[in-house]
This record gives sequence, C-alpha cells and structure tokens, in this order.
Amino acid sequence: MPIIEVSNLAKHYRVYQKRAGWMSSLTGLFHREYKQVRAVRDVSFQIERGEMVAFLGPNGAGKTTTLKLLSGLIHPTSGTATVLGYVPWHRENAYRKRFSLVMGQKNQLWWDLPAQESFILHREIYAIEPTQFQRRLDELTDLLEVRKLVGQPVRELSLGERMRMELIAALLHSPEVLLLDEPTIGLDVVSQRKVQGFLRHYQVEQQMTVLLTSHYMKDVEALCRRAIIINEGEIKHDGPLAEIIDRFSSVKQIELQFAGSEVPDDIERYGRVVERVPPRVKLEVPRHEIPRVLAALLDRYTIEDVGVQERPLEEVIAELFARKPDAREGEDA
Amino acid sequence: MLSMPPSLRVKWCIFRTSIAERLAYRADFAFATLIRFLPIVTQVFLWGAIYQASGPRDERVINSYTYGDMVAYSLLVMVGRAFSSMPGLTTGIARDIRDGTIKKFLTQPVDMLDYLFWHRVAHKLVYYVIAFVPFALVFWLCGDYFRGFPSAGTLFAFGISLVLAFLVGFLIESLMGLVAFWFLEVSSLVFVYMLISYFLSGHMLPLDWLPPSLGYWIQLLPFKYLAFTPAAVLLEKYSHQQLVIELVMGCVWVAVLYLLNRLALSRGLMRYSAYGG
Repeated sequence: MPIIEVSNLAKHYRVYQKRAGWMSSLTGLFHREYKQVRAVRDVSFQIERGEMVAFLGPNGAGKTTTLKLLSGLIHPTSGTATVLGYVPWHRENAYRKRFSLVMGQKNQLWWDLPAQESFILHREIYAIEPTQFQRRLDELTDLLEVRKLVGQPVRELSLGERMRMELIAALLHSPEVLLLDEPTIGLDVVSQRKVQGFLRHYQVEQQMTVLLTSHYMKDVEALCRRAIIINEGEIKHDGPLAEIIDRFSSVKQIELQFAGSEVPDDIERYGRVVERVPPRVKLEVPRHEIPRVLAALLDRYTIEDVGVQERPLEEVIAELFARKPDAREGEDA
Repeated sequence: MLSMPPSLRVKWCIFRTSIAERLAYRADFAFATLIRFLPIVTQVFLWGAIYQASGPRDERVINSYTYGDMVAYSLLVMVGRAFSSMPGLTTGIARDIRDGTIKKFLTQPVDMLDYLFWHRVAHKLVYYVIAFVPFALVFWLCGDYFRGFPSAGTLFAFGISLVLAFLVGFLIESLMGLVAFWFLEVSSLVFVYMLISYFLSGHMLPLDWLPPSLGYWIQLLPFKYLAFTPAAVLLEKYSHQQLVIELVMGCVWVAVLYLLNRLALSRGLMRYSAYGG
C-alpha cells in the first residue's frame, strides 16, 4: 500500500497584479486586478514505503506548493491526498508526529539559543522517551558531525552547520515520512556532500519515505532512483531517474583527444561542438549515429583517447525546463 | 517534571526555553526594562502642573481625584500596562504568517496559541523579576500618595484584575496578529490600536472622568481591563457588588476573545497560502 497517495491535486491562488508607477499604486487603492495562478494542476502520484523520490521542476513549477499540501500547511483547491493514511490538511496530531518537513530556507530552531534547547523542546512536543531521545541525538550528531556544536547559539553557526541542526530537529522523533525542500540550498560543496551522505545512509537504515526537491542535480543523482518532474503545475515525468536522459535527450556526447596539439578544423561535420580545448574536443551526436560517427572519426584521425557518455542530467533537465515558459506567467486573468 | 502530564510538560518546556531566550540579550533587556519607568516621571510632573493650575491648594480635586489619587492612579495604570502590553506579539504573528515561519506551528503537534501564550508568560515573568526592584522603589518613593495599605481582599481582587489584564491584552493583540491571514500587513492596525487603547484603557485619563453617556459605552468594551480596572480595584473605586461584576465581566471578555482567536486561527489557516518559499 502506498505511503503517499496523491490524486488530481490542484492548488490555485489569486494573485494581485500591480503595474509599475505611483499612479498604479493610487488606482490600486480602489480597483485591483487579480490573476488566477494554477500552482498545481491535477497532480497524481503514489510513493511506496522506503522510497526516496526526487521532485524536480523549475522555479514556480509547483514543487514546494505540493510539499506544502502534503505537509498540511495549505488546503488544496481540489483533489485528494493521503500520507500514512491521513489527510494532511486536517492537521491531526497523530499525523504531525509521524512526518517532518525541512525547508532549506526556513529556520525552525530558536535563533538565540543553542540547538540543544530546541532539541529538548522537540523531545517534549513529540513525547520522545528520554533515553531514546539521547540515543537518537547522539547518533544524529555523530553522523552529521555536529556533536560539539549543539551547545552553541544557532545564530553563531554557519549555514551548513545550521542545516545539519535543522535535520537533527526534524529527525529526532523518527518520522516515517520526510519532506525535504531544497535541503542543500546555499551550502558549500563539503556541507552538501555531508548532508547527501547522511541522508543516503539514514534513509536506508530507517526505511524512511522521502520526497526531495532540489535544484542541485548532484543531490538528486546521489540520493534518488525515481524522479517526478513537474512543470507548470503538471507532472511531465514519473519514473526512474535514468530514464529521464533516454526519454528527453536524443543525443550523446563523444569526447576525443587527438594526437598532436590541434583539433581538426572540420570537426563540426561530425557533430555539434560543445567544448573545444585543444587537443581535446567534446561533440554532441544523435544517439543512433554514434557508431557511424565514431567509426568515421577513428578511421580518419589519429586519436589518443575516446569516450562516449550521456549528457549530464543537469543539462537535460535544464533543457526540459526551458522548453516552456514559467508556470506563473500567462495564466488566466 | 517527569511526573507531569505530557501536555503540561510541553508548556513547561516552552516556558523554560522562552526564559532562556529572554535572557540571551541581557543588556538590551535591562535597558528596556528601566526605560519603561521614564513616562511615569513625566506623568507625575504633568498632573502636578495640571492640579496646580486647577485652583487654590485646598480645592485641588478633579472629578473626585486629588493630586495624590491621580499619582497613585498613574502608578497603578503603569502596573496594569506592564501586565497587559504585549510588545511585538501582533507584529510577530503577522511576520510569521507573511514570511512562512508559522510553518513550525502547523507541522508540529503543538498548538500555536498555546505556544505563544507560554512564550509570553515567560517573557513577562522575567520582566517582573527584573523590574521588581525599580517598581518597589517607585512605589516606596510615592507611598504617601496612597491612602493606606489595601486589605487582603482588595489585594486578592487586584491580583485577579492583573491576570485579566494579561489575558485580555494577550488575546486582543494575538487576534490582531491573526488578522494578517487576511491583510498580511497589520502595522497600521497596531498603530490605531495603540492610539485607541491609550484612551479606552484609561491610560490617558481615568474612565470615570468621562461623561456618563460616553463612559457607559466605553466601559462595556474590554479595553478597560488593560489598565483602568486594576487601578480602580486597588484604589477601591468599586463597591463589593460592582467589583464582582467587573471581574466576572472580565472573565466573560477573556472567553469571548479566546473564542474569537480560535475562530480567526481556524478560518485564517483555511485561506493561508504559506508565503515565503
């Protein structure tokens, strides 16, 4: 039985449209124009227990709105959803004790106090048995390498350290479902890797169901096998992450290193040049022509090294997102 | 603490954590506490000047208040306001709604109003502890303006009126904060509230100075519990029967405001859009 079941979920907002200038501000006092923004349109999907699913899409695609619906922050315009058998927007305490929402841009720890004060408050709010709490806190602070920082005021922590504390606060009560919205936003590479490594390990160990939104494809590739792509409020893809490239990219890349110090001048006839750093070149070639092009290149030139690879996932997804305008534009007035 | 019921333990923990938070910025807090005594000094001088101009020394009584009564009233209003004013509560709720910080109350098994209430109780308690010495000093210096030490019954009623002042003040300001679910920005509302409550609470003038036709209606509102009622109780302005009615009416207002808060929260959450990412 799926842990998360979403069926025809839709969320529409009414947004005030203000033109530039003071006259517009003045007339806005008496008459305002609104437009209807369809942030999420008839979205349906199911997630099984223990799955870690990436929820991808450009800004304004409806990812965060969907997470807000699943965490019960907002009510839908239409459609249904259940998480662990609960309707999220009924906000039952029994549900709230079994899931967590972490938003990379939102802080839920007490800013002026050490994180341990917030953790103790969580212990009481979630009624965690004290020995279990201490065991879990020790485990999480060790895994995230912040044990020595729990006594330091949150305001004095770096962004990466703060994010790790946020994760601890979110996981202390052992949620069965974790909704992660951009957990590595703004973090440096080291912190990103620490968070990724932790999430991978902890999710497998705890068999948590995780729905993750992130603009960092490194997060997604490191953590998820399945991806749901949402754009303009609609689901464009729901399946294995690996299928995205097959489905949305019709080209592969051939990377060549020529003998000598130059790249032949007529190399463009074999494919689109993506990168040229003599004596190396990277070509983009339609999938079905790879064998023919490769044979022709090897036949004609002296090549020292060759490699054929898929396009980076990030590029494919960026191209996919760029195909249509921003979801918040062009809506009904 | 381990023997407490879980709901009480949560309240206690919020309370304890809020105290720790309040003491995080010691210098700012101490300065803010002391600076709140400045207005009372100006009020004492202002009323002194008004009474001096009101006639010969022996006839200096305005609406049955002597100068001494007026100073005592002003001091007690200050005490009432120390209980009923909630700096930052309305704007804090509005800010949380506007920038999405409110999510922590909606995704965790905790009641937002309960949380804010115990948070405020803790802040007030720290304030009273720190301000006790300056308060005691001011009352000792102005002791001659009071007509003897109040009876135990009056002190008890005064204590209840201060609790009512706190509850009414908290519930009015939290209700205004919840208005942000509809209007997002409530700073103008806060400004208007400050203006009218200064007058309607009896902070500016004792409410029994108002013409009966106006005073009757104003006394039906909850604002008098913010300042006037505690002062009037300790100055024994009420008969025994009036006192009971005033305190019961105060409880009724607390119940009404509480229900309005619950209604505003539940309706507001229905239309909440979780702004701010």
